[in-house]
Amino acid sequence: MEELVNLFHGFAVALQPYNIMLMVLGIVLGVIIGVLPGLGGANGVAILLPLTFSMSPTSAIIMLSCIYWGALFGGAITSILFNIPGEPWSVATTFDGYPMAQQGKAGEALTAAFTSSFVGALFAVIMITLVAPLVASFALQFGPAEKFAVYFLAFCSFVGLSKEPPFKTIAAMMIGFALAAVGLDSITGQLRLTFGSTHLLNGFDFLIAVIGLFGIGEILLTMEEGLAFRGGKAKINLRVVLQTWKELPKYWMTSLRSCFIGCWMGITPAGATPASFMSYGIAKRVAKNGNNFGKGEVEGVIAPETAAHAAGTAALLPMLSLGVPGSPTAAVLLGGLLIWGLQPGPMLFVEQKEFVWGLIASMYLGNLVGLIVVLTCVPIFAAILRVPFSIIAPLILVLCAIGAYSVHSSTFDVVLMLVFGVIGYLLKKCNYPLAPLVLAIVLGDKAEEAFRQSLLGSQGSFGIFLSNPLVGTIMVLGLIALFWSVIQHGYTRLRGAMA
Amino acid sequence: MSTGSSSNTGPTHKLVEAGVTLLIALFGVIVIIGSVKAGINWGAEGPRAGFFPFYIGLFILVSSAINLWNGLREDNDGLFAEWGQLRQVLSVVIPTAIYVSAIPFIGLYVASTIFIAWFMRWLGKYKWPVVLAISFGMPIVTYLIFERWFMVPLPKGPLEEWLGL
Amino acid sequence: MRRSTHLAFGAIAAMCAGGITFPATAAWEPVRPVEFIVPAGTGGGADQMARTIQGIVTKHSLMKQPLVVINKSGGAGGEGFLDLKGSGGNPHKIIITLSNLFTTPLATGIPFNWKDLTPVAMLALDEFVLWVNAEKPYKTAKEYIEAVKAAPAGSMKMGGTGSKQEDQIITVAVEKATSTRFTYIPYKGGGEVAVQLVGNHVDSTVNNPIEAVAQWRGGKLRPLCVFDAQPMSYDEQIADGKSWKDIPTCKSQGLDMEYLMLRGIFMSPRATKDQVEYYIDLFKKVRATPEWQDFMKSGAFNTTFLTGADYAKWIEAEEKRHQTLMKDAGFLAPSN
Repeated sequence: MEELVNLFHGFAVALQPYNIMLMVLGIVLGVIIGVLPGLGGANGVAILLPLTFSMSPTSAIIMLSCIYWGALFGGAITSILFNIPGEPWSVATTFDGYPMAQQGKAGEALTAAFTSSFVGALFAVIMITLVAPLVASFALQFGPAEKFAVYFLAFCSFVGLSKEPPFKTIAAMMIGFALAAVGLDSITGQLRLTFGSTHLLNGFDFLIAVIGLFGIGEILLTMEEGLAFRGGKAKINLRVVLQTWKELPKYWMTSLRSCFIGCWMGITPAGATPASFMSYGIAKRVAKNGNNFGKGEVEGVIAPETAAHAAGTAALLPMLSLGVPGSPTAAVLLGGLLIWGLQPGPMLFVEQKEFVWGLIASMYLGNLVGLIVVLTCVPIFAAILRVPFSIIAPLILVLCAIGAYSVHSSTFDVVLMLVFGVIGYLLKKCNYPLAPLVLAIVLGDKAEEAFRQSLLGSQGSFGIFLSNPLVGTIMVLGLIALFWSVIQHGYTRLRGAMA
Repeated sequence: MSTGSSSNTGPTHKLVEAGVTLLIALFGVIVIIGSVKAGINWGAEGPRAGFFPFYIGLFILVSSAINLWNGLREDNDGLFAEWGQLRQVLSVVIPTAIYVSAIPFIGLYVASTIFIAWFMRWLGKYKWPVVLAISFGMPIVTYLIFERWFMVPLPKGPLEEWLGL
Repeated sequence: MRRSTHLAFGAIAAMCAGGITFPATAAWEPVRPVEFIVPAGTGGGADQMARTIQGIVTKHSLMKQPLVVINKSGGAGGEGFLDLKGSGGNPHKIIITLSNLFTTPLATGIPFNWKDLTPVAMLALDEFVLWVNAEKPYKTAKEYIEAVKAAPAGSMKMGGTGSKQEDQIITVAVEKATSTRFTYIPYKGGGEVAVQLVGNHVDSTVNNPIEAVAQWRGGKLRPLCVFDAQPMSYDEQIADGKSWKDIPTCKSQGLDMEYLMLRGIFMSPRATKDQVEYYIDLFKKVRATPEWQDFMKSGAFNTTFLTGADYAKWIEAEEKRHQTLMKDAGFLAPSN
């Protein structure tokens, strides 16, 4: 009950006109940041952090968290329109969002994405409001072995999904792992696979690979068809929003499942990326029309977007209550808290009530404001697809170059991006699936790190992966996901035999 | 090449796929060499730096061998792409490559202006006023957003130095 | 090729700048935005400090040109150092360092040494504290070391940030000083390490004060001793009626080890005296602000400020020490 009183007090703080203005400003800035590749949420918040030092901590966190929501919303836009995910967790959105846009359903895809994001975030905020302390202690149970189990589950729920030949899937995924391994090995502090090149110190950044493989690769594929633009004409009026909303309640099961996956991943904190992949993978298996996933199924947009936002929002909880950021952006916000003289951690909820509940209230309001802002812009975004290809293509290429550069301020990365583009074109033409490759680049080194940390802790014994109920359950879930099709096959046969 | 006629000839799918597979295998070999350098055995502190990459390299090599075998056995006489289509693709790849390699020397803004203008004029056949408006407008907007609002410095060349930006 | 053109442009820029904006007699001032390189990821200790400085500079309008923070964390910070090394004669680039100034070149063998850069000023020194979970019975460092000695070798786990960097160096030194053996587990960031200790996934850590203070205040962690010659100077109460000042030195607990981490500023190679003076002056102004003092207090930093020859001498001594420490620990890159 006391929580609710605090929350209403928080709403009063967040609803001050000055704070509402900051909210709208933050959302707009966030969407711009999310749309520009390479300037993702973490960078955006970091860049704008110093602007907020002259504000009160509560106003500052309201504005910054709104930038964060805005960036989360914005990430979906380029994924759907141009097949360029600006953030790791938007990759899974491209699988069905981009085909939808090509079929002239960009408006539907954007509406579904934004609405799902809102639902996911709302679910997570409600959870934060009600069960914050309980959830924080759950997060503490996650050591390296548990983290590895989560990554294992993310991989397992995703492989075996593609229709491409299995050995091509394996090859693609292994290429991703190998690329992820380049650079500094975080366990031994030793450089590997760099062959003495100082350019490779940093390894292959996910964003550069993805901008090249997906974005540039797609432009090259389009060029093959000549300059005729392939994307269907999108309807550009606001009615499309209402029409899509009528459809969405049908997928309540997918939404709910994705919310849970997202909250879990956000708290542990494995992050939004495994959440979106895992949610997409499971939705594909469970959904009735799972076979159509990848061809422009709206459920394939709902699942990853809901989970990514639930995770992105839930990631703020361990940051506030434990001082561990659940995402890179949360890490920057954490730095902000310290600069404002607030100490994140168990005492924050006790000592800084106004701040914490102001923030939570702004999560509700900020998301709502964000949803309204981006939905009214759907027609504008969809209209971008009407720009002729020979104008939009060079602009996309330039934006990709800027994005690749701004990741590490390195012109070498821009060259790499183009190389990835050509590779993406060739691989796609030769039937290699790109999604497992990208998943492996994003999670490969993290999974390896967690695996080796676990083995260090257990002094080399593999028993650690079954050492307690939590890690054991997740590992078993992973195995079930991996052999799902076999299990399903066996189950139908069994039923057939019984009948 | 059996389907080839005068208007639509091109490299066969089989040939290109074999080439791609061999490149992937080569990549696998590079990974293995790099891993061996980093140490592939199981040290006192668990697996060494090259342990995982080594097996990943092996996986790449083995699956490439299988893919190569499958690809060659497959009865697929289709074309990878027609020469005309490949020319279209190269007409983007080559200028983009020039653009990308020019950025460190003349800066991103100048390079982008030239690149956008070239693309719109030669591939899009737009009139000069439109071409100039977009090719100058885009870098200026980019400059304002990145350097002024978000304070993210982008690569600059002699022109920007001269203008004192 | 690339580098030489950069140099040429730099020279042209310098001429233009000198000719157009400033008369030759005025002291040097930046004419373009200054890049503030952080050789570590976003959210870490160095990053926090850099962004605090950026905020202070913006808030108090200490510079006419903007100060832009850029993270270059690749290869344990090697990326950032090499970037600065390659921008000789460009006075619009500064870098904030942590111990990886010494450890990264030694452990990875990348071609870099601090002498490639121009030292500006030491801003502060970061302390290291030995922490255990508050549920554990160890009240003093002595009791804890006894427990480690009693346990089978390698069964006690020490968590830390990064591999072959400051945390692991301290761990090895503790092992040497007490003839014990820990299993060192490297994590990505200091905050994560502290939480792993709260969750009992490791037995102890050597976190910086700022990384673990929240958990201490929340009653989850207990500080045992500080790796410094004298106790920290902040006497404000934090938790259990204790302040930073009440934490005994490790030496007094029979653990003879001192380690402080440099938070210092460097410029690109071949900076002129005027340019260095400008930045020293800037950081003096930053240090005088209340925001900086609050930041120092919240992280219990050692606020030693050194410039010029004193600073260079300090770095030189530290470099030698790191060489010895890392050599003893067997952390040097194979090629060295």
